[in-house]
Amino acid sequence: MTQYLEFEKPLAEIEGKAEELRALARTNEEMDVADEAAALDAKAAQLLKDLYKDLTPWRKCQVARHPERPHCKDYIEALFTEYTPLAGDRNFADDLAVMGGLARFNDQPVMVIGHEKGADTKSRIAHNFGMARPEGYRKAVRLMEMAGRFGLPVITLVDTTGAYPGKGAEERGQSEAIARSTEMSLKIGVPVVSVIIGEGGSGGAVAFATANRVAMLEHAVYSVISPEGCASILWKDAEKMREAAEALRLTAQNLLELAVIDRIIAEPMGGAHRDAKSTIDSVGAAITAMLDELKGKDGAALIKDRRQKFLDIGSKGLAA
Amino acid sequence: MNWITNYVRPRINSIFSRREAPENLWTKCDECGTMLFHRELKDNLNVCTNCGHHMHITPRDRFNALFDGGIFTEIAVPEPLADPLKFRDQKKYPDRMKAAQKKTGEKEAMLVAAGEMGRTPIVAVGQDFSFMGGSMGMYVGNAIIAAAEEAVKLKRPLILFSAAGGARMQEGILSLMQMPRTTVAVQMLKEAGLPYIVVLTHPTTGGVTASYAMLGDVQISEPNALICFAGPRVIEQTIREKLPDGFQRAEYLLDHGMLDRVTPRTELREELITILRMLMGLPPQVVGDLPAPSETAEIAPPKVEKSGKPAADAGAKAK
Repeated sequence: MTQYLEFEKPLAEIEGKAEELRALARTNEEMDVADEAAALDAKAAQLLKDLYKDLTPWRKCQVARHPERPHCKDYIEALFTEYTPLAGDRNFADDLAVMGGLARFNDQPVMVIGHEKGADTKSRIAHNFGMARPEGYRKAVRLMEMAGRFGLPVITLVDTTGAYPGKGAEERGQSEAIARSTEMSLKIGVPVVSVIIGEGGSGGAVAFATANRVAMLEHAVYSVISPEGCASILWKDAEKMREAAEALRLTAQNLLELAVIDRIIAEPMGGAHRDAKSTIDSVGAAITAMLDELKGKDGAALIKDRRQKFLDIGSKGLAA
Repeated sequence: MNWITNYVRPRINSIFSRREAPENLWTKCDECGTMLFHRELKDNLNVCTNCGHHMHITPRDRFNALFDGGIFTEIAVPEPLADPLKFRDQKKYPDRMKAAQKKTGEKEAMLVAAGEMGRTPIVAVGQDFSFMGGSMGMYVGNAIIAAAEEAVKLKRPLILFSAAGGARMQEGILSLMQMPRTTVAVQMLKEAGLPYIVVLTHPTTGGVTASYAMLGDVQISEPNALICFAGPRVIEQTIREKLPDGFQRAEYLLDHGMLDRVTPRTELREELITILRMLMGLPPQVVGDLPAPSETAEIAPPKVEKSGKPAADAGAKAK
């Protein structure tokens, strides 16, 4: 059963009615509801199309945060073989908000790293809702460094509200850990490709998205601050998140225009959560394409390419 | 309602604030409340002479005191696109910029300079908290890259004085992109084998700490500076408990192994000279005037006069 977002309420009503009709028909054999239900289905499909045709930035934020959206774990299970998780930062702990390890992608050995939000209450708590602590970033630094030494491409999957704002996280150097992760991403002589699959929340996201190629799902968002946070600072009113989401230009479409990302991966109608399998397949195809683009470049060229990419960002603004 | 808040109140405020600080002769210490004579405070680098509280100092004032004789060359920073996102909140971004420029007399939140400090050639870059909270936008990123490139070109160490609330929201994702961009700048220095010293000043928070401000070879902070990724208010809201005293202050970070040193502003210059001269393999600083230039010494070696005094000493005495 799909969880409906706030703006999908009219859709929920129609789909609910169709479902009710079918349930009635199952208990009462004399009723013939096929036509009526089909009409409702058609109406629902049309409404879904209309709703998703031109999603506002704030609605995209809601879609990007949808609890049933495929998460890092789902992508790793479906797209990689021989996934062998590696744990711990060798200093303090293993942070489950970040998952990563060795795996094969199209038979090629790679290092895969990503934020995992969890799928139910229990796993969400275990994964700290995808909000990493310093240990998570330090684990990523360790895995990236290793990938660099063994010549393994690094694939990152970004999906985080942001780095965890906690007492211990601060005491153990949250900012330093993020800075080191970005630094390591810029230093390794192997291809680094990144996909923003859900939320790209600020520093916690950029620590994993400093890549040669960055792709983004159609309804994913990537921003310096959450719309709620921005609204409470600039509008002094957290309820102005719609305006803030608009102003921040956090959609994949805007970010492609700004050359912050390199490609947009289309989502099925109604968002990734309505058809996880096809979304995951599209992401897989995008990763393959991005790795292909980087084939034949040696370590030094890859590092140079990555640094130049970021140095060049900002030379393109949005059209008025 | 509106004309009261928008017109009458500012008028009233301007009348009263004018009376409070006539000609800026006196400044009240925000910490102990002592009235401090403006010039005396400036001579002490805006550190309260009564309680040692470190007040805000602009990069320009800091550089005037940092460089020998207050002489430095400002390094040009490549101009970024203005208002790339066409950002509008309650005000337009270009209007906020103009207001900040008018208030500070500076173009942007970063000042880059080259010069000598204790006759040690350096490049320095200072972040200006009074300019839109020192926030990190494209200009700040460009300034750090320009500073690193200049340091590499001149083979000099780079000292960075940080002060910022974080990223500049009005530049959205492009401000976030300054995290990797400035990290590239730090890597240029490291690969050229040049020291990169970060001096964290109050406050240094958010994306700034999560990039260039935490990547120094040596991390020094001014006393009591707030240094954090997430601010105390956000953390209190998240974990719903009171934070300990001094949490996220310089001394707290020092205790937790996140800094090398906490040094008062008034002692900072000497300390930076000492550290940099060692890292650069230079002899200890010569205090006082230099001996006469060696060129003259080659042409005419210092003759020992009959009184037994080397002629080169004359220069030093002239002071």
